[in-house]
Amino acid sequence: MQKPALTISHLAKSYGSTDAVKSISFEIETGEIFGLLGPNGAGKSTTINMISGVTRIDSGAVEVFGYDNQTDYRMTRCLCGVMHQEIVIDNFFTIDKALRLHAGYYGVADDPEWRNMLIDRLGLREHLHKVMLKLSGGLKRRFMIAKALIHKPKLLILDEPTAGVDVELRLTLWDFVREINRQGTTVLLTTHYLEEAEQMCNRVAIMNHGQLVALDTTVALLKKLGSRMVTTHLATPLQDLPPELKSFKPRLKNGGNDITFSLTENQTSVDLLDTVRGLDIAVTDVETRQSNLEDIFLRLTGSNDKERTNAL
Amino acid sequence: MPSDLRQHGYNPWLPFKTLLFKEVRRFFRVVSQTVVTPIITASLYLFIFGATLGERISVLEGFNYAQFVVPGLILMGVINNSFSNCASSLFMSRYLGNIVDLLVTPVTPPQFIMAYTLAAMIRGLMVGTIVCLVSLFFAQLPWAHPFAVIGMAALTSFLFAQLGLLAAIYSNSFDSLSMFTNFLILPLIYLGGVFYPISLLPYPWSTLSHLNPIFYLIDGFRHALIGVGDLPLWLSFTVAGGMSLAAFTWAAILIGKGYRLRN
Repeated sequence: MQKPALTISHLAKSYGSTDAVKSISFEIETGEIFGLLGPNGAGKSTTINMISGVTRIDSGAVEVFGYDNQTDYRMTRCLCGVMHQEIVIDNFFTIDKALRLHAGYYGVADDPEWRNMLIDRLGLREHLHKVMLKLSGGLKRRFMIAKALIHKPKLLILDEPTAGVDVELRLTLWDFVREINRQGTTVLLTTHYLEEAEQMCNRVAIMNHGQLVALDTTVALLKKLGSRMVTTHLATPLQDLPPELKSFKPRLKNGGNDITFSLTENQTSVDLLDTVRGLDIAVTDVETRQSNLEDIFLRLTGSNDKERTNAL
Repeated sequence: MPSDLRQHGYNPWLPFKTLLFKEVRRFFRVVSQTVVTPIITASLYLFIFGATLGERISVLEGFNYAQFVVPGLILMGVINNSFSNCASSLFMSRYLGNIVDLLVTPVTPPQFIMAYTLAAMIRGLMVGTIVCLVSLFFAQLPWAHPFAVIGMAALTSFLFAQLGLLAAIYSNSFDSLSMFTNFLILPLIYLGGVFYPISLLPYPWSTLSHLNPIFYLIDGFRHALIGVGDLPLWLSFTVAGGMSLAAFTWAAILIGKGYRLRN
């Protein structure tokens, strides 16, 4: 049986009295694109840093394709390619030179065919002999992806790869990640763009306050935790929500001009609109949509606490 | 090496060779700062003490002042450049964050230390050699114990490469890094007998100077080069070897643990 690409068992890390990661466990199967999501400070980067070896592990274990990243660290580091969240580059070297050096750090001989493929696919060809200082932010990100892949890792770890990147480059990068994945590389990524995670990832884990609060396939998460959202635009703004609407989980928005409802499987839009009409609330328009990963994320991480205060 | 790693196409020497190559390339890319400047500084000292004041000062019987001061100036170049190569390279990597590029790779702690150390030694000994060549215009050196000259220069370079690594690890800012140079290394060099024999100092300064570790290095190097010193050569080598071993062990423990390198 094929070993999982990544096995994390009771992984924990504290900084002083702050528990950054609290005994989390999960597995990533070979060939998956796995999303690790969470608000800032949730512990995603700390987890990734513990996998890659940048951060020391307090307790627990990390196995990459069955190799322990403490005892077989040379093997696990050869198997992983990491792109960090922060742009980290060595200003002394050109892209070309830096890529060759990076292959050497991994103990593998330079493969010009592979290197040139990365350079071409990531649009680095015309900037090859520029020093890093002269590159734009987008080019630095592209270079960092090439650097993470230069030794042909089996597990690619991308920590916020599209942070601060324009739309065109984002699409290019995700296309490339899908292509690499199709060629057999397992991908672990974190992103703040939840729509992208929804489109890219087979499975997602959501972290909050150092803990895993959800872990499932993206489809199952949407089915299990998702709901239908109905927004009613009102003719006259409301100050308070009538208690009769409580079962539809209403939230006042837009200064009382809109009410957003979150319907359960047993509730229908017709039931809702009948109840609203019965309360003599004049509605000018109605919008409905299925909740997405972002809604689930906000619900699980409490990132919409502010809105909740307006809810019943 | 585990067979799995071999199957992966892993060459165990390549990470070390690459890191060493990168470190050497790094100082060559800024050769005017890293090599030319220290040579100019040393040449100025040589000019002042060799061609101008040298003939009027005599501190050691049978030798002119230029012959006395040249060994100290050579070793000063070795010390400063070995130290600052390791200190500035590692500290900059920590400061700019690109140290993670190394931390995620299979470079082992011994490879890490040895690559940084060898690069620093190449720079230190290169500067020392060029200063030595420049000094030929100002002083004739007897090369009394040539192997000891090379041994002491290499040992000194190794020691200060380790101290450079330690300074880079313990420093939190450029200020604290420069404090190591300005308030520790520089005074110890100047008070270590580069410009005068310690035996000329009055009591208690002559005795206190024996607590200065750099005194043993400079005196040993001078002894090897001109055949005369305040201390026997074996004592200088013993102290230099002991200090090198201690500094290497200290640096190896910190780097092995990833102290201030890994979170």
